[in-house]
Amino acid sequence: MPPRRFLTILLPAFAGALFVAIWIFVRASLSDDFRFLLPAPTEVLAAFRDHGDELWRATLNTAAGATLGFLAAVVVSFLLSLLLSLSPLVRVTFYPYLMLLQMTPIIVFAPILVLWVGAGLQSVTIITFLICFFPLAVNTTQGLVSTDRNLVELFQLYRATKFQEIRRLRIPAALPYFFTGLRIAATLAPIGALVGDYTAGSSAGDGGGLGFQTIIYSSQAKYPALFATAAVCCALGFIFVAGVLSLSWLSLRKWHDSYDRADT
Amino acid sequence: MSSTASSSAKNVPPAVEFRAVEKRYGAGPVILDAFSLAAAPGDFIALIGPSGCGKSTLLKLIAGLSPVTAGALLLGGRAATPERASTGDELAYVFQEPTLLPWLTVAANVALPLELRATPPDRRAELVRTALALVGLEPRAAYYPRQLSGGQKMRVSIARALVLSPQILLLDEPFGALDEMTRDRLNEELLAIRERQSWTAFFVTHSVAEAVFLSNRIVVMSANPGRLHREIRVDLPYPRTPATRRDPAYHALVDEASQLLRSVEDTVAT
Repeated sequence: MPPRRFLTILLPAFAGALFVAIWIFVRASLSDDFRFLLPAPTEVLAAFRDHGDELWRATLNTAAGATLGFLAAVVVSFLLSLLLSLSPLVRVTFYPYLMLLQMTPIIVFAPILVLWVGAGLQSVTIITFLICFFPLAVNTTQGLVSTDRNLVELFQLYRATKFQEIRRLRIPAALPYFFTGLRIAATLAPIGALVGDYTAGSSAGDGGGLGFQTIIYSSQAKYPALFATAAVCCALGFIFVAGVLSLSWLSLRKWHDSYDRADT
Repeated sequence: MSSTASSSAKNVPPAVEFRAVEKRYGAGPVILDAFSLAAAPGDFIALIGPSGCGKSTLLKLIAGLSPVTAGALLLGGRAATPERASTGDELAYVFQEPTLLPWLTVAANVALPLELRATPPDRRAELVRTALALVGLEPRAAYYPRQLSGGQKMRVSIARALVLSPQILLLDEPFGALDEMTRDRLNEELLAIRERQSWTAFFVTHSVAEAVFLSNRIVVMSANPGRLHREIRVDLPYPRTPATRRDPAYHALVDEASQLLRSVEDTVAT
């Protein structure tokens, strides 16, 4: 194993161990009355064991909301970006409302949504959609209108149709921008689903997601279980980001400068 | 026989003819003023002149990327309209930059003009191979542009232009960004290709030496507004080789063109 490769594994592992050590030390230095504020790592692991079934079920529910909302945002934002890229006039017409959508606080919107479609997966999906939508739409639109002027002229010269220009030039050229938006949306999707579940979730039917579980654990003062929930949320976020990074690598590695020449 | 040949030669219309062409963008200044020039089929015309003299604009007009404001532009004796190029004479453009699609392989880049015209795939592959062979890049067919050197990218760009077997080839300072060695070699390759294909070329350049080496006619332009200042005939015989660059006649022409260009640039400066 080359030393550099070795370090990229060793150093994060070391940082993690240091973090746990500090955790244990801080806990040890707390007086008995306050020790409940920071559960020991072993207690958190025990919470995983004790609440494993419900955490797993809640994780699957949140993952479903996050995935559905994320995918819907990808599809709809892509179609909207295509429309927005057609002319500056279309852009100025719709852009303020796109901003408005982003400015609306989810906390305020969630009760309205519950009123409209009911609490549960459908609300969670819509909230995730709303949170993921903006970065995707903005980045993809930017990509579609940033096509190299010379390449556009080349297509004009060869009398390409507008459809050919979009399909063969504008969309591939926008891919790096699209993936930037996708990366941001991937970190937001699990958070969106969690917030959605917290504000508009329901235990009816599927038993709710991680946000719902958060409400239950905090009301029951099950702090180790809360820490376990946080860890699960992190893991979910990592999976989303890893998925998008792999997809980005697969699509861009051969030609885009962001992927080093050395690994082609 | 010879009389038939000469009479048919007389009947062949110019490949490109400018008749008192004027060009301005919107209400902007006149870019090109009363420009008249007739290029016979097979002419290799180099365009030199100070920046702002409308050299690149001339190419855009021929390509149909932009319409003339006044006067007439004829391709093969017929008025040039934006629709013409798709139906009539094939026309190809080589830009200052290689202008390749970075997400396509070399072969796919060269195939692009064919693909946009829905050429059948089997025919396409054959044409791409031929075009790549012309520029000596067959072994690089599966490479991506970023894996190529500057000179190789420009060769791909030329192969893409040649894949349609154009009758008119427009080159806008294609070798300006390359080092001198590479530029000289590409000039020689371009002329070697010209021996095998017949096109009329318009070549914009800032290099007088390049203009003399490549062309049979050098058009020196003046700026503000862009006008045809003077034309120099380059009577060096084709095929031209590296030895041409040692020919005293070549040097005399480079001197003549340089002085002419300097006098034009001095007029602009004052």
